[in-house]
Amino acid sequence: MSLVDTRTPDPKKFIKGATGDWEMVIGLEIHAQITSESKLFSGSSTKFGNAPNSNVSFVDAAMPGMLPTINQECVRQAVRTGLGLKAKINNRSIFDRKNYFYPDLPQGYQISQFKDPIVGEGIVYLDMGKDGEVEIGIERLHLEQDAGKSIHDQHPNMSFIDLNRSGVALMEIVSKPDIRSSEEARTYIAKIRTILRYLGTCDGNMEQGSLRADINVSVRAPGGEFGTRCEIKNVNSMRFAVAAIEYEARRQIDILEDGGKIDQETRLFDSKSGKTRSMRSKEEAHDYRYFPDPDLLPLEFDDEFVAALAKDLPELPDEKHDRFVNEYSITSYDASVLISSRSNADFFENVAKGRDGKLSANWVINEFFGRLAKEELDVSNSPISAKQLGGIIDLISSSDISGKIAKDLFEIVWGEGGDPADIVEKRSMKQVSDTGAIEKMIDDIISANPEQVEKVKLKPQLIGWFVGQVMKASQGKANPQAVNKILKEKLGL
Amino acid sequence: MSDLIKLSLADIQKGLKAKKFSASEVTSAYLNEIDAANPKLNAYVSIENEQALSMAKASDEKLAKGEGGALEGVPLGIKDLFATKGAHTQAGSHILDGFKPEYESFITNNLWQDGAVMLGKLNMDEFAMGSSNETSYYGAVINPHRASGSNKDLVPGGSSGGSAAAVSAFLCAGATATDTGGSIRQPAAFTGTVGIKPTYGRCSRWGVVAFASSLDQAGPITRTVEDSALMLASMAGFDRLDSTSVDLAVPDFAAAIERGVKGLRIGVPKEYRMDGMPDEIEKLWQQGLAWLKDEGAIIKDISLPHTKYALPAYYIVAPAEASSNLARYDGVKYGLRVNGDSIDEMYENTRAAGFGAEVQRRVLIGTYVLSAGYYDAYYVKAQKVRTLIKRDFETVFNDGIDAILTPATPSAAFGVNDQEMKADPVKMYLNDIFTVTVNMAGLPAIAVPAGKDNAGLPLGLQLIGKPFDEETLFAAGRVIERSAGLDFTPKKWW
Repeated sequence: MSLVDTRTPDPKKFIKGATGDWEMVIGLEIHAQITSESKLFSGSSTKFGNAPNSNVSFVDAAMPGMLPTINQECVRQAVRTGLGLKAKINNRSIFDRKNYFYPDLPQGYQISQFKDPIVGEGIVYLDMGKDGEVEIGIERLHLEQDAGKSIHDQHPNMSFIDLNRSGVALMEIVSKPDIRSSEEARTYIAKIRTILRYLGTCDGNMEQGSLRADINVSVRAPGGEFGTRCEIKNVNSMRFAVAAIEYEARRQIDILEDGGKIDQETRLFDSKSGKTRSMRSKEEAHDYRYFPDPDLLPLEFDDEFVAALAKDLPELPDEKHDRFVNEYSITSYDASVLISSRSNADFFENVAKGRDGKLSANWVINEFFGRLAKEELDVSNSPISAKQLGGIIDLISSSDISGKIAKDLFEIVWGEGGDPADIVEKRSMKQVSDTGAIEKMIDDIISANPEQVEKVKLKPQLIGWFVGQVMKASQGKANPQAVNKILKEKLGL
Repeated sequence: MSDLIKLSLADIQKGLKAKKFSASEVTSAYLNEIDAANPKLNAYVSIENEQALSMAKASDEKLAKGEGGALEGVPLGIKDLFATKGAHTQAGSHILDGFKPEYESFITNNLWQDGAVMLGKLNMDEFAMGSSNETSYYGAVINPHRASGSNKDLVPGGSSGGSAAAVSAFLCAGATATDTGGSIRQPAAFTGTVGIKPTYGRCSRWGVVAFASSLDQAGPITRTVEDSALMLASMAGFDRLDSTSVDLAVPDFAAAIERGVKGLRIGVPKEYRMDGMPDEIEKLWQQGLAWLKDEGAIIKDISLPHTKYALPAYYIVAPAEASSNLARYDGVKYGLRVNGDSIDEMYENTRAAGFGAEVQRRVLIGTYVLSAGYYDAYYVKAQKVRTLIKRDFETVFNDGIDAILTPATPSAAFGVNDQEMKADPVKMYLNDIFTVTVNMAGLPAIAVPAGKDNAGLPLGLQLIGKPFDEETLFAAGRVIERSAGLDFTPKKWW
């Protein structure tokens, strides 16, 4: 892989050093566990949380004479992901053995793809808000086996091994070194996760280890030659990714500014101290002795296989975003918030179908998502349905209730459930649009407050006080537009 | 009853069907013979008396009801490389001490489904690495054949030395074996037995302990060509659990054996005429060609120009794969563990104690040729050679050659503990000079006993066939067997 700089240095992202500005260069390898019933090369279950060593077949335990058999579903998932990353799908790829000794690696090698991965170059777009859209290159995606787990805290001088994860299918998604800040890295991980979740190819649960990242960080003079990189292994949260990158960049800058040089090495991030520490140097690096796995034939499929998967691909976040902006006339920012997950986007669409897009977006984002977040809920276990929220919006649109009443109504529906229109009806929450009734209230207020009437003629913005009085008199149910209109007429404003 | 052990597979079946004797009787006869002979020949590493008798009893019950598979009641020996459920499976190695798998290899399962009886597990070179069966943790196997007038122990060849010796000495009716560079054909030639290495992909490797995955292929060793056809028919077949297994119907091999060779074009590769090859081998080769010609075959000189690179390339590819395949024997999960103060020390202690010298040598060679900086010069180059070797064969087959006749080995069996070979492993490796090319090309080949050297020791000829054309090999092999008309029964000295 030859390194190409695709980015224009952006002073906003520079890090101040004692000797001048520095720029980070970041590339990520994301390991995403494929959503599949069984492992990459065996029929064992991939279920998380089972008792140790209960998801283990003879193949996973590397019993003598056992052979791997490719799981076609994992191949389909990898191709779907490649399509989601707008990447080149390789109709012929090769499984290689990566050889090293470790107790939780029963075969003594990991089956991976080295020279000929299943997916080649692709692109991911990041919406960086005010800074606009950033394009991050994907170098490749390959299939590989996960290792088991070593457990070191169960016995004073022995380690225990759990092979449940041994052989589970992973996709390693390798980015090009196109990322220039920890925030971009965070957004990149989030974007990859969103795409994977849309596709249903990885559940993206970082806490359970279904998604983790190896982060390559180097620093350089802005726009200069690429520096020597360090790889931070196995970062399993976005927050840690940001912290690890910030720490690591600063560490490298300090070394360089002290006249030192960076040793290419593998490092670990300690989330307690917030620091990275050396795991092994380049000299200690394993010689993995990659060679094609003779137990497996080259993985081959035809264009029709890919076309069939492409045909059934769901709408992806970028496309959904653009459609939302066009179809519902909402802002790009709102669209980005709404598409953050497929279920959120679906909820919005169910609310917005046949209704005012902007109003729907406001209500879904501010009231609904806001409330979900506060209660630590999500769409799947929300007490309020899209139909109910749509009902509330209908009542606003028909001027049956004001925005303020709508918020009260939202509280009622959230807490008690029920049909919004029925609730409004039964609890007499409808706003008064009957001009006769409003006129009567206004007349009463005008005649009771002659001083205010004089003042408002000099200072028209005092009309707000009259509006307040009318709303008070109507218990908030008077239609604010009608109130304003009649007040203006009566006060001669 | 000792005559029972001399029957061919086909005759055992006929006798069983005609109720001349029972499967239990045949099995007992073999078990008795093993008891008597094994202390001397060391062909078996594990004798499964109880299992054998209960399988035989089950066969008798089926036969009584007029049922039974293609090999019902036929007692077989199984190379220790095949996983056999609940029974000794150690690949002739110390590192698999006490290992008894919870699974049955595809091939042995096929044999049991067809009614065959397992007598026990057969000795072999450790992890199938060797040409003399002297690298076994369980000690050398002794060839039942001796030079006339000599009482010197000879090797049975390897790595399937136990299989060849057991078949030759009537310690089983037939045996499974495996061939990575000649491990079926060379021992067959050394013991006057028939050994076929089928086309790569014909027999599933599932449950066969791996040596070099791209070269390993199982096959039978038997006393006759007909028995070979019968046994292979049962062993072969598509297995979806082996990705390199080929989904092709298994032909009725036995139906092909009397097909003859009339009109077949037999190639004679000039590159197989080695300097310093004994006259007896050259004479045998010419004799074989004459027999085939007499029965109507057309003899053609051919060239396989890359033959001379086959052995060096083989000794890169096979150890490379082996170094990776044997990484799983690390003391963590099963078999031998020799503790140490750290995990690395435990690995080192276990593997140093568990692997013999030849296995260690090949693991080291394999690790070396795959290392960064050497990979391209060795492994990649060897793979290119392999492609050229394959192309050599494709060219001659495309030119109309149906099969190729060569010697099976450059000599007859040599002595146990041969000092020259001990001092120079390459001398030992040269035993495979005529056989490795076939594995590199993935082709089928059969070794058929065809003559004897001056000392009365068996010599074999090798027939190499087109991919998945084992039938032609059985037909031509049968012509050689019939034309030679020799009795390869060893003179009993044990």
